[in-house]
Amino acid sequence: MGLLDSSPGARAAALVAPPLIYALLLLAFPLVAIVVISFWTQSGLTLERTFTLANYREIFTGPIYIWGNANRWGVLPLSLFVSATVTLITVALAYPIAYFVSFVAAPERKSLWLFLITIPFWTSYLIRVFLWKVILGFNGVVNTGLQSLGIIQEPLEVLLYNLSSVIVTLSHAYAVFAILPIYVALEKIDRSLLEASQDLGENRLTTFLRVTLPLSVPGIVGAVLIVFIPTIGDYVTPELMLGSGGRLMSNIIQTQFLQLNNWPLGAALSIITMLAVGIVSLVFILLNRRWLRGRA
Amino acid sequence: MRKHWGLRAYAVIYLAFLYAPILLLPLFAFNDAAIIAFPLSGFSTRWFEQLWTTQALHDALRNSLVIATVTALLATTLGVCAARAGTLPNFPGKRGALGFVMLPLVLPEIVIAVALLIVVRQVLDLNLSNWTVIAAHTVICIPFSIAILNGAFQNLDPSFEEAAMDLGETRWGAFRLVILPLVLPGIVSSLLICFIISLDDFVIAQFLTGANPTMPVYIYGLTRFVDALPLIMALGTILVTISVLLLVIAEYFRRRGVARAGLKDSGGFL
Repeated sequence: MGLLDSSPGARAAALVAPPLIYALLLLAFPLVAIVVISFWTQSGLTLERTFTLANYREIFTGPIYIWGNANRWGVLPLSLFVSATVTLITVALAYPIAYFVSFVAAPERKSLWLFLITIPFWTSYLIRVFLWKVILGFNGVVNTGLQSLGIIQEPLEVLLYNLSSVIVTLSHAYAVFAILPIYVALEKIDRSLLEASQDLGENRLTTFLRVTLPLSVPGIVGAVLIVFIPTIGDYVTPELMLGSGGRLMSNIIQTQFLQLNNWPLGAALSIITMLAVGIVSLVFILLNRRWLRGRA
Repeated sequence: MRKHWGLRAYAVIYLAFLYAPILLLPLFAFNDAAIIAFPLSGFSTRWFEQLWTTQALHDALRNSLVIATVTALLATTLGVCAARAGTLPNFPGKRGALGFVMLPLVLPEIVIAVALLIVVRQVLDLNLSNWTVIAAHTVICIPFSIAILNGAFQNLDPSFEEAAMDLGETRWGAFRLVILPLVLPGIVSSLLICFIISLDDFVIAQFLTGANPTMPVYIYGLTRFVDALPLIMALGTILVTISVLLLVIAEYFRRRGVARAGLKDSGGFL
């Protein structure tokens, strides 16, 4: 019981220790391992443990991953483009909802709205993605529904097996991630600022553009990051929606590990992807920094 | 006051978009046809009966339940440590340590899965099993647990613990008899949320599962077979129903926790 009676700082340290040690062993150490293995090579079934840049050379000089060719984008730029589009759509659609719950909905209804918005997010992710395939498929709900209503004669093939179906599915899957940070930022806005703005002659639209929107930027930045980062690692949606055709970065990493058994290349691809995501995120934060600073 | 009718309409349409796929589940789960298409054929429970007799599914379900239960207990225990530490005075590096534990929130899940796969197979040379899945699920659940429990612990009035100790309780006694009951709703909702995250996770399970697949891995295998589609719809219906029930319970406990904290606040003012 000696530790329990010691100073509060020491007790805090003792309490932090178990989760921290767990995270060091199962997060920090594995992340180091992934960096190390990315400098090794796979030859057949054996792992060549000599330091080499071969994997990175393949990624940066080959035509597949970064540069692409005349007919096709590189996989990394294409993946970044898909994630960025998903993020843009998700956040743009989410903002009015967050605004609605924060400013329009009756205060006693707010938690009910938030609860309703969160429920779909907690239902099986795999099933939700799969449902979009069922909805958009060749003999899917949209096609057969429109056919039985007599609106179309032939099934629309454009619905599935292209990037727009990936984008629709991901925008649906990550909606909640975008709504909650924006809602929190909107809730923090001092309502008297809006009255002040209207007293000084702004109308509702200009009040929104000059007061509400700039003050909610931290929430928008949070929403963008929390959608952008995980979507780039999502390989289930592209695999189910694209079939074996156009593949994204996450699919290639998954294939290197679970099918082609080239772990060093997979590790290097993971690191390049993380770096690309990190750089894009940092640039985005820097671009918005004048709104992120707290106002005196 | 009927202002903002545009926004209201948008909110309703948006909710419809969020719920549309899920509402299709029961529609086709009870549909008497092997293909998922309109028009509907008629009511049938045969897909549920088929699920009832599929042994591989039962094994996968048992696996997932074991993994989710152990993960929830482990992640919540570690989450309680971190959240409690968060309310105590700072020591050098505390914020950094707590921040690092939250890192999985901003890492793509595939990176965590791949990194752990390398450690388990290449560094430790262990076989994949339910334990490797549990270890990885705990990593991604801890941040959620901490986020939930922070709310519960930060509402605590420190004078409660001091009062209990002044009245002769040990620190452990004060924690068990005073703090624990007050944060219990938070702990219950953390357990439930971690349970759901683990039960639902596919990415990590696909990389780290051993010979016995978890439920999502089993479902993913089913999606390759065209004639298994109605089975997936039936299974999805059951899973969604269970998830919603657990969520309602978690939300109930969370609100009770807030209510308790609220009571305590007013008590403090008196």
